[in-house]
Amino acid sequence: MEELLEILESLHPDVDYENCTTLIDDKILDSFDIIAIISEIDNTFDVAIPAEEIIPENFNSAKALYELIQKIAEE
Amino acid sequence: MLFTSYEFIAFIAAVFLLYYAFPLKYRWTLLLVASLGFYAIADPRYLIFVGVTVVSAYFTCIKMDAMNLEQTSYLKEHKEEMSTADKKKYKETMKKKKRVFLLIGLLVNLGILSVTKYTNFVIESINSVLSDASRLSTVELIIPMGISFYTFQTVSYVIDVYRGTERAEKNIFKLSLFVTFFPQMVQGPISRFGQLSKTLYNPEPLNSKMISMGIGRIAWGYFKKVVIADRLITAVTELVSKPESYTGTYVFIAMLFYAFELYCDFTGGIDITIGIANTMGIKVAENFNLPYFSKNIKEYWNRWHITMGTWFTDYIFYPISVCSPMLKLSKWSRAHLGSFIGKRVTVYLSSLAVWFTTGLWHGAAWNFIVWGLMNFVVIMISQELEPLYTKFHKKCPWYKKAPYTVFQIIRTILLMSAIRMFDCYRNVPLTFKMIGTMFTEFNLGAFTDGSLLGLGISGADYIILLAGLFVVLGVSLIKVRVGSVRAFIYERSEMLYYTAVAVLTIVTFVFGAYGVGYDSSQFIYNQF
Repeated sequence: MEELLEILESLHPDVDYENCTTLIDDKILDSFDIIAIISEIDNTFDVAIPAEEIIPENFNSAKALYELIQKIAEE
Repeated sequence: MLFTSYEFIAFIAAVFLLYYAFPLKYRWTLLLVASLGFYAIADPRYLIFVGVTVVSAYFTCIKMDAMNLEQTSYLKEHKEEMSTADKKKYKETMKKKKRVFLLIGLLVNLGILSVTKYTNFVIESINSVLSDASRLSTVELIIPMGISFYTFQTVSYVIDVYRGTERAEKNIFKLSLFVTFFPQMVQGPISRFGQLSKTLYNPEPLNSKMISMGIGRIAWGYFKKVVIADRLITAVTELVSKPESYTGTYVFIAMLFYAFELYCDFTGGIDITIGIANTMGIKVAENFNLPYFSKNIKEYWNRWHITMGTWFTDYIFYPISVCSPMLKLSKWSRAHLGSFIGKRVTVYLSSLAVWFTTGLWHGAAWNFIVWGLMNFVVIMISQELEPLYTKFHKKCPWYKKAPYTVFQIIRTILLMSAIRMFDCYRNVPLTFKMIGTMFTEFNLGAFTDGSLLGLGISGADYIILLAGLFVVLGVSLIKVRVGSVRAFIYERSEMLYYTAVAVLTIVTFVFGAYGVGYDSSQFIYNQF
């Protein structure tokens, strides 16, 4: 989780990722940010997030995103 | 049948009355008949094209949906005895099988779109580099009405079923309605199956507020289209069709006029579409969110033609960005070219693909492709400048004050309007030349020497236009504060609401641009 938070904080350092649950709904992350995150996740965790998983529910919070990474890694 | 024709108003009135005469459960059948009728009136041959689209989407999706179900049930049944590697292998095999049907669905639909819309563009582009003797002749093709819109809508459905995020529609007639729903056939919005189908097949029962809101929205759409857009089109056509006469400041005037015309034309058309759907208890996706109040180009594209933007993001930008070769390229770039390029390569290539196809989607001409690429360049420059903006904003806290916000809004409108001039002039070099004259030829006398009255619109027209645009601006400003202006008025006084709608309708009839010398125009986005 710490590595993921580092990735997220490198994009928008001012955001409280541990508590924010509306990263997409409140337009804090845009499509460019999402691609940067996916690319960093692939680089760091060796987990490729497919296009069909790019939905607001998976990117609205750091926790949801971390769960997605774990789910894909286990599959 | 033009949205602005009396035939269309009569058609809508007839559909509306019959619709509510039908039991709630079967109202969708009437809409299907009306939609096919609407299409057949335009040209019965269009039905063949739309028929192929529906049939191909229906069978490929039924097949893919069955495979999705088979996969879920197989994995559930063999949960205990399968290892993670076995499951992965099984999923890959199923994915490959599904991909065959996905490809059929995409090839048929995008194939029809490509052949009908782009064949002559390709021939003409080849001819431009051939000698006169070896030129190919263009072919006469039917381009079905709204093909860009209904094809994209169908493609999104096929991909969603492939991904397993939507179930296939078992009733081919219901699917036909999703593809052909007539109010959005002319110029969108590009709806998603998951959102539209629920309300299309199970509309809300009749209620007075819903109908009143819908009629109010239709009236507002006609006001913008007929009073403002159809008045401005005369001047815009005059200005851009004679580039040798109208240079410099006239280009600037054409740019502003076209910006207002396009806004009132497109948002007006969408208001009519959504309003018609609302009167029937159907909710169609919103396509605009006050785009001319955007502070930068990225924000503008989140507020303008929203359903097209999200379509390109979901079905082009994300799939290209996260596909295996792209991720490998990103890794390779980081390792060999450094993190600066490695971090950018994916976004740049995917955005380039998005804006190239967005341009192509708008029209089979180099003007539209260059328009798309200009958007790409401006977005990428503003993306690179973002850290500078952030620094600037931190040092200058007044950036949140109204004057700076107004500056940002005007800057965005001017930038977008300048790029949009590629819609207007007949070719790319001419467009660049005409935009250039705005900076080199200052003939400010154009505003005072009476030449604005020689553009096909009179002094009285200018007064109507100014008043109309003032009303649009006022309503937009109120919307920023209260949300839906119609709902705001209706909830406070129904009488006031009905009076406002009646006044708006009368104003549209009296001041609409359809008297002598005017020809009520087709919607601009209909040609896309």
